Amino acid sequence: MSPSVAELLLQRLEREAAGPGAGLCSLETAAALGLDHQTLVGAVKSLQALGEVIEAEARATRRWELSPEGVEVLRDGSPEVRLFRSLPAEGLPQSDAMKLPGGSVGFSKAMANKWLRLEKGAPGGPRVVRAVAEVQDGVQESLQQVQRGEAENLPERERTDLKRRKLLLEVTLKSYWIRKGSAFSTAVARQETELTPEMIATGSWQQRPFKPYNFSALGLPPACGHLHPLLKVRSQLRQIFLEMGFTEMPTNNFVESSFWNFDALFQPQQHPARDQHDTFFLQDPAKAPELPAGYTAKVKKVHSQGGYGSQGYKYEWRLEEARRNLLRTHTTSTSARMLYQLARQEKFSPVKYFSIDRVFRNESLDATHLAEFHQVEGVVADRGLTLGHLMGILRQFFTKLGITQLRFKPAYNPYTEPSMEVFSYHEGLKKWVEVGNSGVFRPELLLPMGLPENVSVIAWGLSLERPTMIKYGINNIRELVGHRVNLQMVYDSPLCRLDA
Amino acid sequence: MPTVSVKRDLLFQALGRTYSQSYSDKLARVSEAGSRAGLRSPCCSCKNNLSINAIADEEFNELCFEFGLELDEITSEKDIISKEKGEEKAKGASDTILYKIDVPANRYDLLCLEGLVRGLQVFKERINLPRYEKIIPPQGEGQRLIITEETVHVRPHAVAAVLRNITFTKERYDSFIDLQEKLHQNICRRRALVAIGTHDLDTISGPFTFTAKAPSEIKFKPLNQSQEYTASQIMDLYRTDSHLRHYLHLIENKPLYPVIYDSNGVVLSMPPIINGDHTKISINTRNVFIECTGTDITKAKIVLDIIVTMFSEYCEKPFSVEAAEVVYPNGKTIIYPELAYRKEKVKSDHINKKIGISETPSSLAKLLTRMCLKSHVIGNGNNIEIEIPPTRADIMHACDIVEDAAIAYGYNNIQMTIPKTYTIANQLPLNKLTELLRLDLAAAGFTEALTFALCSQEDVADKLGMDISATKAVRIANPKTAEFQVARTTLLPGLLKTIAANRKMPLPLKLFEISDIVVKDPNTDVGARNYRHFCAVYYNKSPGFEIIHGLLDRVMQLLEVPPNEENGYTIKATEGSAFFPGRCAEIFAKGQSVGKLGVLHPDVITKFELTMPCSALEINIEPFL
Repeated sequence: MSPSVAELLLQRLEREAAGPGAGLCSLETAAALGLDHQTLVGAVKSLQALGEVIEAEARATRRWELSPEGVEVLRDGSPEVRLFRSLPAEGLPQSDAMKLPGGSVGFSKAMANKWLRLEKGAPGGPRVVRAVAEVQDGVQESLQQVQRGEAENLPERERTDLKRRKLLLEVTLKSYWIRKGSAFSTAVARQETELTPEMIATGSWQQRPFKPYNFSALGLPPACGHLHPLLKVRSQLRQIFLEMGFTEMPTNNFVESSFWNFDALFQPQQHPARDQHDTFFLQDPAKAPELPAGYTAKVKKVHSQGGYGSQGYKYEWRLEEARRNLLRTHTTSTSARMLYQLARQEKFSPVKYFSIDRVFRNESLDATHLAEFHQVEGVVADRGLTLGHLMGILRQFFTKLGITQLRFKPAYNPYTEPSMEVFSYHEGLKKWVEVGNSGVFRPELLLPMGLPENVSVIAWGLSLERPTMIKYGINNIRELVGHRVNLQMVYDSPLCRLDA
Repeated sequence: MPTVSVKRDLLFQALGRTYSQSYSDKLARVSEAGSRAGLRSPCCSCKNNLSINAIADEEFNELCFEFGLELDEITSEKDIISKEKGEEKAKGASDTILYKIDVPANRYDLLCLEGLVRGLQVFKERINLPRYEKIIPPQGEGQRLIITEETVHVRPHAVAAVLRNITFTKERYDSFIDLQEKLHQNICRRRALVAIGTHDLDTISGPFTFTAKAPSEIKFKPLNQSQEYTASQIMDLYRTDSHLRHYLHLIENKPLYPVIYDSNGVVLSMPPIINGDHTKISINTRNVFIECTGTDITKAKIVLDIIVTMFSEYCEKPFSVEAAEVVYPNGKTIIYPELAYRKEKVKSDHINKKIGISETPSSLAKLLTRMCLKSHVIGNGNNIEIEIPPTRADIMHACDIVEDAAIAYGYNNIQMTIPKTYTIANQLPLNKLTELLRLDLAAAGFTEALTFALCSQEDVADKLGMDISATKAVRIANPKTAEFQVARTTLLPGLLKTIAANRKMPLPLKLFEISDIVVKDPNTDVGARNYRHFCAVYYNKSPGFEIIHGLLDRVMQLLEVPPNEENGYTIKATEGSAFFPGRCAEIFAKGQSVGKLGVLHPDVITKFELTMPCSALEINIEPFL
């Protein structure tokens, strides 16, 4: 095996005497070894990677080279000289002279040097004749000097002139000044890049040096699928509810009757939320085929006349309005169905329910509002529940979400009384922001269902999108939900750890 | 939630807020407090007062929070105009500081400065709740409003009252007009349920007649107009009016329009559209005749009660209202306003137990009194009698009283406790399966998408080469845009749109979604139902049917369904409009067809603005529960 370039370089370095001026120029060494400079640079870099074997200092060298045109002049002489020499002694008409070697370029130069003369009054048009007997080709001589590597000896003016005539090129060469390193040795073995099954089998890895890894580069991303960030948050919230003993409600019914969405929740038929501007009503199927008969009559009565200790809304309640189908505006419609089922049990048993699912609003869309979003809802039904219990359970829930600073503001919801909005202090925004809504279900809602009088139902809700946007730093909801999602964001989204 | 805007200076003056306290200690807190409140700083030119104002703003913000209001914005007329129309237009506008306060939707008594101040002053125990008095004039001297039977099909109800010897100022007058507008927009449901008319009583003479006439027969000079118009002309006149055009539809198609006349045939108003110019009130008006007409008598009575309780404050005899008689077509006469005070009895134990506190009965009575619910202990000392004033129509049940006690006690003073309710949690089986599958699908190299449940008819039908009638899609009656015409019947369009929005991403794109679709189903109580679908797409330079097929095999493996005819799954060649001919198969499992897979038809790919081949799979996962 012939010695590698690196080995040849090391051998040359070996012969270099020590001392401050010692070292090798990569350009000279390459020339001396008859190698392409780049090949030598490759060897320098591979030796550098080994540590302190060599020291290599990058240098930029300016050098003059002949241009292709310059090479031509070097061989044939400068255009002006060629023209001068090919001109016959008696001269030529100007138009013919221009066709001689050297041509028009040489003509203007030779005129400027006063080597030629133009006889304007000659018969048959202007005639070119020699003005001197003999000339010297200084340009060619200068180029010869450059070719010999003595460009530095030429006067600056001449170099600039030749450069302007595009005969010379100034090139910058990157080279290295190579010296012995602190761990210099000529016996540098070739390094292995990777461990192989053979090395393991033969144990040869024990004798072989290995090329060091570049730990500052990134690794190769794994080929894998990714979960959607909003649904990662949904999974965590589900987990929190399950940890707190809440049972999941069946919310897989986007179409709901006005009855379960509003009337059962004691939301009067003229309530603004029941307006075309806020709710998606259905054209087909436009009406719910059936409502629970006996219960519907009780709901009608409590709306129109009151009862159960209530004044009622005192308006004409219409069955047709209750039968109008819509896309549910909240998952509380399912809570109402679940509480109705609970009331129909032989014996009341306490329950804790939750759901996280889509709801629909016919609202104006903007950076934080879409026509559909996910509602998170928790419901507890038991005897003797208080507002203090609601606040306690909210604190428990939000603490698990990583939100500890809470305060409560009185609010109005048509179906809860008392009602409270939940605010949390946001360290980033430096203000209190609303994080949820909550309350105690009204007796006008519970008693017509047939729940015992001493049963209270406390409930709260929040959107899934808002905490997700805060968690993942997303400003425009369209980048998170829907088909305009940025898949790169999905690929890059971290784990959802809410308590962190 | 209605928003009321009030001038800060007027509010503070009315609240009797003085700046006599020592500020030095408070000033230190200002910057912190101001930023904590997160309020937009006012465009206040008087920088000297800024710090003092910041304290005042913060204190008022805290008071609002405690009381259940929200100080939404601190601004000025100039600021508002500048934001809406640009700084040029705002030149010369007032830079008096305005508070925009969000008021709970059922508290009509807080919709004006007068009501807000009264509510807050009583809350802070600075004043006692005034008692509203109805003065019934001697027989024959009071105002009468006679309802004729023609009104029955258009606007059957009317109530009326008089504010005697009132003194308006510019501010009071503006507030009076604003309150009517706020009521119109909220409880009156944009004048559909109730419309209010207020008139200078000295320009007219009773009795008044509320009747309904053909539009051509009604002729008068509408408010702020210079000439008379017929009712039909008035409708045309206001068709382009930015404000009034929204109310025209309420009567436009009725054969008769409602109208109120005085005894000389002067038109007071044509509700719910416009008053007559003749009876226009001004800040010099001394006697105001108020009529409220509508389709909901309960709401009409509430609206009248609110107006008279709020503004009788400025009458010569404050808080007294002169009653008017309303005569029904059947001859029955009712005196309005009702100004009814109702008594409720609630046990103090009940209040304590609902809130989770243990206050004495007298302390609870005091708390309720601070909420404008005058209360005292009765009987053996355990019962509280609460008087509900005519301003508090929101108090319908004892639970409303409990809430007011809790607000006065301070929500944030209530001891938090964990309920002892013991329950075992259960997951919904369908959601449990969904959660488990999602994880393994991501592990199989597919990325989860989350697409909209609503879409255009085109997305679920036309673009997939189907007719909408073949889809059983649920249709929305009032979509604002085509994006919300139907509920999706398939997940595929959402995934294809997701790819279209991410065409710049490196190929292949492998997406999946597990979510609900909706179809009509006459066997359910609402006539429609959801199905949980799983859909996956593979988008690359080659169709990759084998990849989507492999994913199906993997899913079946996860679901423990073997690939055989008897008790497992099979796929059989079929045709589907969305698929390339000969490249579509139907998936059978659990003895039924559960979905399809195949290479998408080039027309489908093009219609979803895609350029590469694509294969897809969609199944209903409910049979695998």
